[in-house]
Amino acid sequence: MGKSVLLIEDEPNIIEAISYILSKDGWRVASHSNGATALDEISRRAPDVVILDVMLPGKTGFEVLRDLRNEDGLAHIPVLMLTARGQTKDRELAEKVGATHFMTKPFSNSEVLDKVRAMVGG
Amino acid sequence: MSRETRTIYLERSSYRRRRARDAARLLPFLALVLFFIPALWQISSESAGISAKSALVFLFLAWIAVIVLSFFLARYLKAPVVKESDPQSETAGHD
Amino acid sequence: MINTLVVVSLAYVAALFLIAFYAERLAARGKGAWLRSPLVYTLSLSIYCTGWTFYGAVGSAARGGLEYLAIYLGPTLVLVGWWWILRKIVRIGRAQRITSIADMISSRYGKSNSIAVVVTIMAVVGVTPYIALQLQSVSLSFNTFLQFSGEEPRYLDSQSTAFWVAVGLAIFTIIFGTRNLDANERHHGVVTAIAVEAVVKLAALVTLGIYVVWVLFGGVSETMAAIDQSAINVWQFDGARWTSIMFLSAAAFIALPRMFQVMVVENEDESHLFTASWAFPIYVLLVSLFVVPIAITGLEKFPSDANPDLFVLTVPLSEGRNGLAMFAFIGGFSAATSMVIVAAIALSTMLSNHVVMPIWLAFSDNRVSVAGDVRQIVLFARRLSIGGVVTLGYFYLKISGGGAALASIGLISFAGVAQLLPAMMGGIVWRAANRFGALAGLLTGFTIWAYTLFLPSFGPDAILSSSILNEGLFGLQWLRPYALFGISGMDNLVHSLFWSISLNLLVFVVVSLLTFPNPLERLQGAQFVNVFDHTVGASTWTKGRAETEDLLIMCQRIIGPQEAQELFKQEAGRQGKIGYLPDTTPEFLQTLERELAGSVGAATSHAMIAQIVGRSSVSVDDLMRVADEAAQIMEYSSQLEAKTEEQARTARQLTEANLKLTAISEQKDAFLSKVSHELRTPMTSIRAFSEILGETEDLADDQRSKYAGIIHGETIRLTRLLDDLLDLSVLENGEVKLSYSRCNLGAIIDQAVAATNFVDSHLALRRDKPSEDIWVVTDQDRLSQVIINLITNAAKYCDNRSPLLKISVRRSDKGVQIDFVDNGSGVSRENQDVIFEKFSRATDRSSGAGLGLAICREIMSKLGGSINYVPAQGGAVFRVLVPLSQN
Repeated sequence: MGKSVLLIEDEPNIIEAISYILSKDGWRVASHSNGATALDEISRRAPDVVILDVMLPGKTGFEVLRDLRNEDGLAHIPVLMLTARGQTKDRELAEKVGATHFMTKPFSNSEVLDKVRAMVGG
Repeated sequence: MSRETRTIYLERSSYRRRRARDAARLLPFLALVLFFIPALWQISSESAGISAKSALVFLFLAWIAVIVLSFFLARYLKAPVVKESDPQSETAGHD
Repeated sequence: MINTLVVVSLAYVAALFLIAFYAERLAARGKGAWLRSPLVYTLSLSIYCTGWTFYGAVGSAARGGLEYLAIYLGPTLVLVGWWWILRKIVRIGRAQRITSIADMISSRYGKSNSIAVVVTIMAVVGVTPYIALQLQSVSLSFNTFLQFSGEEPRYLDSQSTAFWVAVGLAIFTIIFGTRNLDANERHHGVVTAIAVEAVVKLAALVTLGIYVVWVLFGGVSETMAAIDQSAINVWQFDGARWTSIMFLSAAAFIALPRMFQVMVVENEDESHLFTASWAFPIYVLLVSLFVVPIAITGLEKFPSDANPDLFVLTVPLSEGRNGLAMFAFIGGFSAATSMVIVAAIALSTMLSNHVVMPIWLAFSDNRVSVAGDVRQIVLFARRLSIGGVVTLGYFYLKISGGGAALASIGLISFAGVAQLLPAMMGGIVWRAANRFGALAGLLTGFTIWAYTLFLPSFGPDAILSSSILNEGLFGLQWLRPYALFGISGMDNLVHSLFWSISLNLLVFVVVSLLTFPNPLERLQGAQFVNVFDHTVGASTWTKGRAETEDLLIMCQRIIGPQEAQELFKQEAGRQGKIGYLPDTTPEFLQTLERELAGSVGAATSHAMIAQIVGRSSVSVDDLMRVADEAAQIMEYSSQLEAKTEEQARTARQLTEANLKLTAISEQKDAFLSKVSHELRTPMTSIRAFSEILGETEDLADDQRSKYAGIIHGETIRLTRLLDDLLDLSVLENGEVKLSYSRCNLGAIIDQAVAATNFVDSHLALRRDKPSEDIWVVTDQDRLSQVIINLITNAAKYCDNRSPLLKISVRRSDKGVQIDFVDNGSGVSRENQDVIFEKFSRATDRSSGAGLGLAICREIMSKLGGSINYVPAQGGAVFRVLVPLSQN
């Protein structure tokens, strides 16, 4: 039985793409589109990996991640951050708040797969 | 070290200001008590009245005391609040 | 000697006129900072010491020992306790723009005019005898000089003194008391003259006192010994009277109309209280310092039937010190006249604002449309009231005969005015106090006071028959004026004060508890009780926009949308703002009120604006909030008033500019990252799905076509975004070439509507084609682009279940105005400011990058027109203004 991924992203087309890529690789993929309720969703599903977009309605990905890292029992979950703004500032901020990996849109499909695999394998 | 002294100093100053306000609130009651002391003389005296001279002197002295207190309170309360705007001069003072 | 006295007095009066005139001129030019100094404020408070206290204190000391001190100790208590009461009253007075004590009490109780009328009547009844007393003190003192000199004056006899003094005072007060009709009711000339008189009367008393102590007795210790030897060496201390008089004088100090006038209405600066809190007690201490020495000198010198009230004059006269006596006379004259002047101003303000004007308004229907007209009427009412008040005092003196009955009126008057205290003090500390309670308390106290003290003071059979005095009203023993409820043996003053104040308070509290205040009262109650919470920080201007928008809605209904919008736009421009929503400054509200008065009459217009600014129809919480803001705005604008209008304008512009700059520097960063985001998002999908399509062989056909569809859609989105960005940058850099041609507006709209894809939208369109038949010279494609954008926006954002867009066209002298009105919920206030900015979609997640309106704005400004959001119309309204020709 495959490991689970929770994708927190609000662009339906990107959700569709990532879900397709990962489920084809044997992952169970769930998605969620709201920043404000993302933390609840993570604790409910307790996924092996979280993919988190920065620009979310309700709450930014950085805020969600910060909260996640302060949450007992969830703090260990590896998180892959996605951003569409491509600024080094974002990368630094992501590392500071505790992202395991960071990826700038647009990305190649194999890049996503490699990163996600590395996070549970390592 | 100097930072520590400064905070203590500030707390003390705002604490004092609050107490000054309390004093300003209490002053009329102090004055009221003072202005009614001749009533106590009347009660304790055997005769029908009290000495006008003593009462006059007492009331004016009490009055002056109240005015002096009021003057200092007003001056203190009117002065602008000390702010920690210039830490340098503060440190210099301690060195 | 009498002639000298008359000449000196007239010269003194002339000097006062000059001083007042000079002070007015200085104030009018904005000079003379000393006019607004704490010292002048403190000295102006000295109108508490009237002719009655000037002469009467010595008389009282000669009769009853040290009781007179209580009259000065009461105000001392009030002033050293200023942190409790005066500070609050002065703050409220300034925040609410209070004009008199009647105004203060009626404002607190929901601006009820019936309360104002009751307070005014009480004040007039209580103060008129007091004015008579001042006139009497002048004529009595003049009489004394006549007796001592033995001369007959050529032009003046003692009988007419009071008359001429009254006439002179009325003239002075009318000249300097009704010069200006300011909102703040401050009278620099009068206050300065009063301050001078305060110095003169104090100097006169102190000089006489020094003369008595050091010349007549020969030193302080000799004076002390003399007190021990005198007829008043033993003081019959009466605790009840001591308490009552101290309470009365403290109460009167707060509630006397003239005290309220100088203390609150004329107050320039709250911080003056800091100085007055110790300086005024010094003043009254000095006034009372030499009273006992003068009294015992008089008692020694004169037979027991001599009037001790005139010792201040008779002591120096009998010593042959005519100069000193004359100085004392001028001192007493100062004390008397300053009281009459301020009392007349205070009472006339109350009479004209709460009695004369409402009556006049009631009888004049809708003719009150010209503002200048009303101003003249108010000034006339003031003058009439001043004349009336002084005349009333004069006739009171004539009718009462000016005997001993009048001498005792001082404390009686205090007791009458003290009835205002429960309603006033209750109003500033107790939110549940309401107008029913206040009215009931006031009437109860006033009635008991009149029945047990005021009316009997005229003597038996004068007003109350002796049978009532002895056997009570209707023969009921427990209703005897001097022994209510059968409690006899009390001092009349103490008895009356006890019953009137305690029942006043009781009725006030009980009735307040049993009845409900109306919303306006609750609002005012919160404003008064929590005045310090509302008036400290005065920064949140922008909240005032809620009101402005409501005012605009109302104004549109009354004078028509076009005119109303023009008015608001102009005012906003005058304040240095862009758009339709100016700040609700008092001046603007006045302008608005005048404007509306032209259509509906002043009273209605006032009421309507008051309703909005006070919003009396919505919930209490709303009311409180709006009132807080209004109070802050008032406080803020009163601060601004001190500066010139130009400065205020510049300040406002600076603030706005600064805000914009900060926003822009933030935006620059935000712009780049938004562009990046908007570009990368579609690119992500395109890349991901093209990889999927390229690398996956076993893809189902429907999936394949679905993914191809996504790629196609995202590519279009990307292209549109790039087009928009390019378009905007071309427009912003001014590189755009406009191709002007003469075209028909209706045709342009037709073209735009056709270009808009209505297939997947429910939006209904309503047009009035005949009105669109206007020829303009413009760039047809660009204008069409704007219209397409607005129609598309309405289709996207109008949240009505059956969305409807109305396009209405109006021709004006400036050009053609096209309104796009939808029936949705409109753009929220915070978004109205930013919708024309780049990447500012009102709702964050929907298709389109939020460049449309920014482009529209650029296009319209290139075409020489404008596009604006018109607030307060229900749905969203975009107004496009197209110039008729190329220039």
